[in-house]
Amino acid sequence: MAEIRFTAVHHRFGDRVVLEDLDLTLSEHRIGIVGANGSGKSTMARMINGLVRPTSGSVTVDGLDTTAKGREVRRRVGFVFTDPDNQIVMPTVAEDVAFSLRRSGLTKPEIAQRTREVLRRFDLDEHADHPTHLLSGGQKQLLAIAAVLITGPDVIVADEPTTLLDLRNARMVNDLLAGMPEQVVLVTHHLHLLERFDRVVVLDSGRVVADGVPDSAVNAYTRLLA
Amino acid sequence: MTVIGLYHAGSSVLHRVPAGWKLLGMLFAIVAVLAASRPWQLGVAALVVTGGFALARIPLRVAWAQLWPLRWVILFVGVFQVIFSGPERAVMVCGSLLITVAVAALVTLTTRVTEMLDVCQRLLRPLRRFGVDPDRVGLVLALTIRCIPLLVDIVREVSEARKARGTGFSLRSMAGPAVVRALRVADAMGDALIARGVDD
Ligand SMILES: Nc1ncnc2c1ncn2[C@@H]1O[C@H](COP(=O)(O)OP(=O)(O)O)[C@@H](O)[C@H]1O
Ligand SMILES: [Mg+2]
Repeated sequence: MAEIRFTAVHHRFGDRVVLEDLDLTLSEHRIGIVGANGSGKSTMARMINGLVRPTSGSVTVDGLDTTAKGREVRRRVGFVFTDPDNQIVMPTVAEDVAFSLRRSGLTKPEIAQRTREVLRRFDLDEHADHPTHLLSGGQKQLLAIAAVLITGPDVIVADEPTTLLDLRNARMVNDLLAGMPEQVVLVTHHLHLLERFDRVVVLDSGRVVADGVPDSAVNAYTRLLA
Repeated sequence: MTVIGLYHAGSSVLHRVPAGWKLLGMLFAIVAVLAASRPWQLGVAALVVTGGFALARIPLRVAWAQLWPLRWVILFVGVFQVIFSGPERAVMVCGSLLITVAVAALVTLTTRVTEMLDVCQRLLRPLRRFGVDPDRVGLVLALTIRCIPLLVDIVREVSEARKARGTGFSLRSMAGPAVVRALRVADAMGDALIARGVDD
């Protein structure tokens, strides 16, 4: 597993303090991040692949600074967004997956082959030539994950990937993420889906207020909400 | 639902011909149609194009959906031509319009967007010395195509929100929220492109 390290991270948007005193090392296989809306979860998640640069402090992945070495970090860290529509950039399913490999140095037939394999693994092979915008929400999120996994990242960061899905698709996507050999950092509101996770971090107003095995962390979070 | 100008999967000869040849063929066909001076010549062209659709095994419904959006234009142009230049001219003008659109539709239906972009990129390659990056241009074109359904969704959502609130229609009440949403999507898509390594 990769080592994701937050060192003395503070973050502000304008005057608004969004993250405070963040000192964490994440090296477990499956890590959950929970917290109320606006508690700083997305900001924290986006720091892991350098999309947000901390106002002060540093974030590293296997020792690589996410600000200074953004590109290298993003090659190791795949990111899954809440709304797959924003993440799908090509007009058809197979083209979107293949898009991830355009700078891989593989030949066209190799890319086509890899694409076919990944689509089969995600049950999307019948939809290879379908327009992406006609897929169901669950299928779109599968496609987004497939397009991330095909590049072989060490870590997948997913920011509320199931929030826009119905419960059945949410479970399907979540089972998929929880069952992957890759390291997973999952931001979610679906607490019951975190049972099988190794570690859960609870954020409140930009601070870590609980951190541990799912049971205790989720309990702390529900008490916080009460 | 069928959307204009989208790939219709298949394995016909037309699907397998390289995109560059299809574009060249399309150019040739359009020039030929515009050069036609007798209705029978257009008749032949129409037969050839219909044959093309059959060869590519495009379902009638899909083929029809390509031409249906033209109905008002055809009606307008047709009536105009009949009044001012007579029925033969009307047939010629409307006929060539329909056939050119059908040819373009046939090419897009049988060609993947990425193949088309590859051709564009190859054609743009000589411009590299003037600082044009063909890869970037290809990406921008692909994104543009991808954004059409997203924009359609945005406009539909904004229009539904307006109806739900019972406000009357006005361009301003639509444009404001639509632009805000479009910018938000563009922002999110920019992040996604960075996350997917486009800046590499
Ligand atoms: N780009 C931004 N500019 C200004 N404020 C932002 C920006 N992104 C997030 N915020 C603010 O930062 C706070 C934390 O946001 P976020 O990390 O998205 O929280 P969460 O994902 O837990 O809902 C919120 O108050 C939000 O309004
Ligand atoms: Mg968030």
